[in-house]
Amino acid sequence: MMAAKFLPADKLNEWIAELAESRRVLVPVTEQNAVVFRPYAKDTEPVFGRQANVPPKASIFPASERLMAFTYVKNPEDLGQVAVEVQETIEPEPTVVFGARPCDARGFTVFDRVYDGKKVQDPYYKARRESTLFVTMACDDPENACFCHWVGSSPSDPEGSDVLLTPLEGGFLVEDVSKRGKELLSSKLLSDGSKKVKEARAAHAAALAALGEAWSPAEAPAKLIEKFDDMGFWEQVSAKCISCGACTYLCPTCYCFNVTDERKGMRGERIRTWDNCMSFQFTLEASGHNPRPTKAHRLKNRVGHKFSYYPDIHGGAIACCGCGRCIKFCPASVDIREIVRLSVERPVSKPEKQ
Amino acid sequence: MTSNPYLPEIATVVETIQETPTIKTFRVKLNNPERMKAFSFQPGQVGQLSVFGVGESTFVINSPPTRMDYLQFSVMMAGEVTSRLHSLNAGDQVGVRAPLGNAFPVEAMKGKNVVFVGGGIGMAPLRTLLLYMLDKRKDYKNITLLYGARSPEDMAFRYDLDDWTTRKDMTTVLTIDRESPGWQHKVGLIPNVLLEMNPSPKNTVAVTCGPPIMIKFTLQALLKLGFKDDQIITTLEKRMKCGVGICGRCNIGTKYVCVDGPVFTYAQLKELPNEL
Ligand SMILES: Cc1cc2nc3c(=O)[nH]c(=O)nc-3n(C[C@H](O)[C@H](O)[C@H](O)COP(=O)(O)OP(=O)(O)OC[C@H]3O[C@@H](n4cnc5c(N)ncnc54)[C@H](O)[C@@H]3O)c2cc1C
Ligand code: SF4
Ligand code: SF4
Ligand code: FES
Repeated sequence: MMAAKFLPADKLNEWIAELAESRRVLVPVTEQNAVVFRPYAKDTEPVFGRQANVPPKASIFPASERLMAFTYVKNPEDLGQVAVEVQETIEPEPTVVFGARPCDARGFTVFDRVYDGKKVQDPYYKARRESTLFVTMACDDPENACFCHWVGSSPSDPEGSDVLLTPLEGGFLVEDVSKRGKELLSSKLLSDGSKKVKEARAAHAAALAALGEAWSPAEAPAKLIEKFDDMGFWEQVSAKCISCGACTYLCPTCYCFNVTDERKGMRGERIRTWDNCMSFQFTLEASGHNPRPTKAHRLKNRVGHKFSYYPDIHGGAIACCGCGRCIKFCPASVDIREIVRLSVERPVSKPEKQ
Repeated sequence: MTSNPYLPEIATVVETIQETPTIKTFRVKLNNPERMKAFSFQPGQVGQLSVFGVGESTFVINSPPTRMDYLQFSVMMAGEVTSRLHSLNAGDQVGVRAPLGNAFPVEAMKGKNVVFVGGGIGMAPLRTLLLYMLDKRKDYKNITLLYGARSPEDMAFRYDLDDWTTRKDMTTVLTIDRESPGWQHKVGLIPNVLLEMNPSPKNTVAVTCGPPIMIKFTLQALLKLGFKDDQIITTLEKRMKCGVGICGRCNIGTKYVCVDGPVFTYAQLKELPNEL
């Protein structure tokens, strides 16, 4: 059974401060007009009224992280002989991500199927995932670009969260979603909230209704493959794209990475960084051949991966949480919703008869 | 492999061979003798070689699992990591992450004739399979090799060629693109020589690797000779990073070349979206 607690609005910061006593707490704050997640400190003023510009993806999957460190060691007997030592560098830090939207917490479930799969596990990701809890803020005011309800989610979706907060008159309903989330509810600042559950459910329903009617991408996996060779379609939908990659960097579900080495003298490290499939270099091969030479090929892969290849491999799950950031922050107004919808609704254009 | 799929094993280069002006071979041994002893792989599987401080690149293990004195990688100079690899000598340390990927279907190929068609550095994956089959000679019927390079100087694995061209239990044809003084073998492009050789597709599997343009015309030649799509095997190259199906670099639709490949039949290739 979920426990329903109530937190008065004026105790919110106090609760965050309490949580921050024993671990890192990341909260959304304003930094140069953008809302980003930063570690909570004494004078931090979290911003919960709007969706963060940058999702908390880096809390578990940093934009750049060390996979290992290495040292070259000269043999004192024979200076021509140099050995290498490699040190693993997994350093998780107990963390709570506080006040992300449900879409952002759910975004990590897209990662989980790949980074913590049956055949292979990524130990860096796993260690951070296991040491990080999500206290999520149900969304009461969806924006134009939001479409979480298209992809099987909703503004109050608990999937991927450990605790769900719902803003109510005078405070928040606080519900545990996971076992680990329950442990966070022992604070004395929280009182019984069972009488407020009905009000919270009504708020959830109202937020969902505000999103308007959902459109189902159920046919997208098959239809996108059907359109694979329809380059006219892909050129049209990618015409405005400038290959800047903002859509991938701001996406809570984009997980591709690059690996590079850095060396200084006898020491160095191997670093993993976020990568971006919208760039020409992403698939450029040594021979000079590039399987995805144009932005049309690359956007096709980005949309195809999220709405076709990934669902095909992972039991229908779509690799997009509907957060809308790639729509809101695209400098060229490319809209992934429109591309997916068109891919389903427009017939494949047949090559002309010869 | 260790439980951390990104962590390379440290290995020592025990021997290097300058194969051609642009290809250098490295024979390496894992430094931990127990892990070297326990190491196992299948013909066709690849590994990531690291030069710490420069980076990691993918190469096929071109020695066969039947000869485990060392692991052999042959590297064509292409960019940063490969150039740095070329400057290494015996005694130098590298990192190895292997084995990765799938392998040639050696069990399913038992009792069949095998036609190998290799071009340039594409001979590397064929070498591991060919030596494996020669070491288990009874399991396979007629073995034919067609290996082509631009010029005699561009032929790799010359230390194998004497054996391959003189053995009674296999047929070997070597070809170069243009006449060259002293060249005793064929002159002509691989697909044309293949058509001339006219191998029978009956109970036969053809395995081909090489530059994309060579593969393209070799496939056409094989089809012309009557080979069916599922009788033709090749390997794919894609830019790779993780090698374990996570980093998202090497997909063609739902298939990841690093785990579902690099070995595919032509029938499987035709099922993939058109993005080679
Ligand atoms: C399954 C597989 C097996 C291979 N086997 C062999 C082999 O046995 N021998 C051999 O010489 N080569 C092999 N290659 C190719 C080899 O991996 C690349 O030539 C090498 O990675 C280039 O690295 P670099 O750092 O020198 O190039 P970089 O400096 O990184 O880049 C130079 C160019 O190479 C491209 N590139 C980088 N990495 C790769 C890559 N993994 N594949 C293709 N292009 C890449 C870059 O986009 C760039 O255009 C294989 C590749 C694959 C995928
Ligand atoms: S943000 Fe827009 S313009 Fe930039 S790469 Fe993505 S789709 Fe193209
Ligand atoms: S694809 Fe766009 S809408 Fe979907 S999760 Fe990524 S940024 Fe959000
Ligand atoms: S190389 Fe990373 S997914 Fe294939």
